[in-house]
Amino acid sequence: MEVEDLKIEPGRANAKPGDRAADFAENTPPGEQIKPTRRSFLRGSVIAAGAAATGVAGASRSSAEALPVPESSMAMGDPIPEKGYGMPIEFEEHVKRHRTDVLVNKQNFSDWSMTPLQHQTGIITPNGLFFERHHNGVARIDPEQHRLVIHGLVEQPLVFTMSDLMRYPSVSRFHFLECSGNGLTDWTKAASTTVQQSHGLLSCAQWTGVPLSWLLAEAGVKPEAKWVMFEGADGSGHLRSIPIEKVMDDALLAYGQNGEMLRAEQGYPIRAIFPGWEGNTNVKWLRRIKLVDQPDQIRGETARYSDPMPGGKWRQFSMVMECKSVITSPSGGMSLKGPGLYEIQGFAWSGNGKVTNVDITLDGGRTWQEAQLEDPVLDKCLTRFRYRWNWEGGPAKIASRAVDSTGYVQPTVEDLARVREITGFVQHHNGIFPWAVSQTGEVTNAIA
Amino acid sequence: MRLPNFGIMVAAGASLLLAVSTLHAETFGDPPTSGFGKPIAEPDLALWDIDIQTPTGKGLPAGEGTVAHGAEVFAERCEACHGEKAEGGPMYGTMVGGIGSMDKNPRVLTPGSMYPYAPILFDYVRRAMPLDAPQSLTTEEVYSVVGYIYHLNGLVEADAKVNAKTLTELKMHNRDAFIVDDRPDTKAERCMTDCQPIGTVADAQKK
Ligand code: HEC
Repeated sequence: MEVEDLKIEPGRANAKPGDRAADFAENTPPGEQIKPTRRSFLRGSVIAAGAAATGVAGASRSSAEALPVPESSMAMGDPIPEKGYGMPIEFEEHVKRHRTDVLVNKQNFSDWSMTPLQHQTGIITPNGLFFERHHNGVARIDPEQHRLVIHGLVEQPLVFTMSDLMRYPSVSRFHFLECSGNGLTDWTKAASTTVQQSHGLLSCAQWTGVPLSWLLAEAGVKPEAKWVMFEGADGSGHLRSIPIEKVMDDALLAYGQNGEMLRAEQGYPIRAIFPGWEGNTNVKWLRRIKLVDQPDQIRGETARYSDPMPGGKWRQFSMVMECKSVITSPSGGMSLKGPGLYEIQGFAWSGNGKVTNVDITLDGGRTWQEAQLEDPVLDKCLTRFRYRWNWEGGPAKIASRAVDSTGYVQPTVEDLARVREITGFVQHHNGIFPWAVSQTGEVTNAIA
Repeated sequence: MRLPNFGIMVAAGASLLLAVSTLHAETFGDPPTSGFGKPIAEPDLALWDIDIQTPTGKGLPAGEGTVAHGAEVFAERCEACHGEKAEGGPMYGTMVGGIGSMDKNPRVLTPGSMYPYAPILFDYVRRAMPLDAPQSLTTEEVYSVVGYIYHLNGLVEADAKVNAKTLTELKMHNRDAFIVDDRPDTKAERCMTDCQPIGTVADAQKK
């Protein structure tokens, strides 16, 4: 990844809640042409705003120059196209999903691509930025041809077309998805530069579809059925077995994501959603559901998606994504432009319920203060936290720590390494993630 | 359109259904009073029903392969990505060795060292390999190439017959290595002042 170096300007000390106290300006990578407009505009506006405030601590301010009439005020805008799918403005070109480049795979079919969390302004991830993890590329399926089957330990095996499925009453739920491998490069060394690289296998959406329990009830679940196998129609035939209790609790057969049909990368036309459970259980391009008395224990349930434990052991079926949080601003690759007010922002989430508290440390964990959680705070969903920080200019080590509705407190990687074996590509990294802020405001990964 | 067989269910699994409806009454509201699935007979799903219950071998098809034929299949269909003798190629690392490495760092993960049940390899190759043409091998080819990979790992003799029975009986080294999820396994406290600084993996390994 070209490291996108972001500069944050200090904001007004008296900023009202909801104001963005810090503005981003893109730092042009060496050798690239400088686009004159955006950076200078942002810098100008922040300085102007700061100068108007009274009693501000921090950076020295010079007065802004007189403002000309903006070009956009003196011209017609773009005409409205007859039809089209709206795309972000060209100034947001740098906000892109990015294939893993810390761990580089030998091919790009069983591979992954990460969400730019440092640019995500609310709890919803836009569909085009939602992280990807596939086992044999992106299947493109014609919904007219697609069939879903429910069979195995049922009274009556059933087959559904997409139009059958869309006839059911539907429900919508907000839930995060996180890959169990999120953060696997950053246990023993600070390998990632940005939060996109360290935490970008995390996204959040509103999912729309049919409760899986309704469809299973229609097929008639036999009492011997204890597990349910879900299989995709992609070239990997990706498969996971799920305990029936979870399927009957809050699982969805989703066709909608953030107000539109699923993207191909997210399993169009249908996928499973198991709220709070590791990404790969949420089988995409879903073609088959089979009720069984025991899990199949296939490769993805034994040799993969299992966690090394002491004594040569492996923990399997570790489905829940435990409570976790990370600061997304300021975060790795950014730099603070002088002392003053910065709003520390980030995400907290838990696969076991709601986030109840997030604490912030500025001194590497010696003392902690509570951050504000922003509504809505939903079950198994990204939650935004905010904390106002007056940076006085010295070195700091900042981190967040989340607590969930079960009382579970996010551990450190030291806590995790005491009970698990950290060797190879270790999954389920929910450790507190510190960023170091240098004397000059450079923000770097401080996990090791 | 077929009527949903809620009647059959009540008879067959009254207690489960009861538990189920209490649950989704809370989470999603009442289930719909009619359904839209169409009945299909299990035999009509034969081409789809490809998963194997790997601990018991249930689902392994009739048929048989040999290590010798497996070597040919491998050279033709797999070697370009996996390398000669499966020792690693341009698309994937080694699929040979690693037995006995599970208490070492790194652990070397191959079908021979990592899979707890031998039929896992049959299930995976049949559904997912070759990566560029999944589900294109015949049953005999899958058994053969599975036998060849296990042979390279020292688990199967060169003249072995590879079929449902021999694969199910093949005892794997990693069989007893798995423990089912027992988290939460940490008990961090919400310390606010005078706390230990945030530790690292190296800190845990030091103490
Ligand atoms: C086009 C390249 C390609 C070809 C051809 C190919 N493979 Fe693969 N194979 C891969 C990749 C990539 C992976 C890793 C997939 C993953 O982990 O999601 C893989 C994984 C595997 C694994 C899993 C290894 C483990 O440690 O669990 C097995 C077994 C395997 N392949 C067998 C075969 C066989 C047998 C053939 C020939 C019939 C074959 N492959 C052909 C690319 C290929």
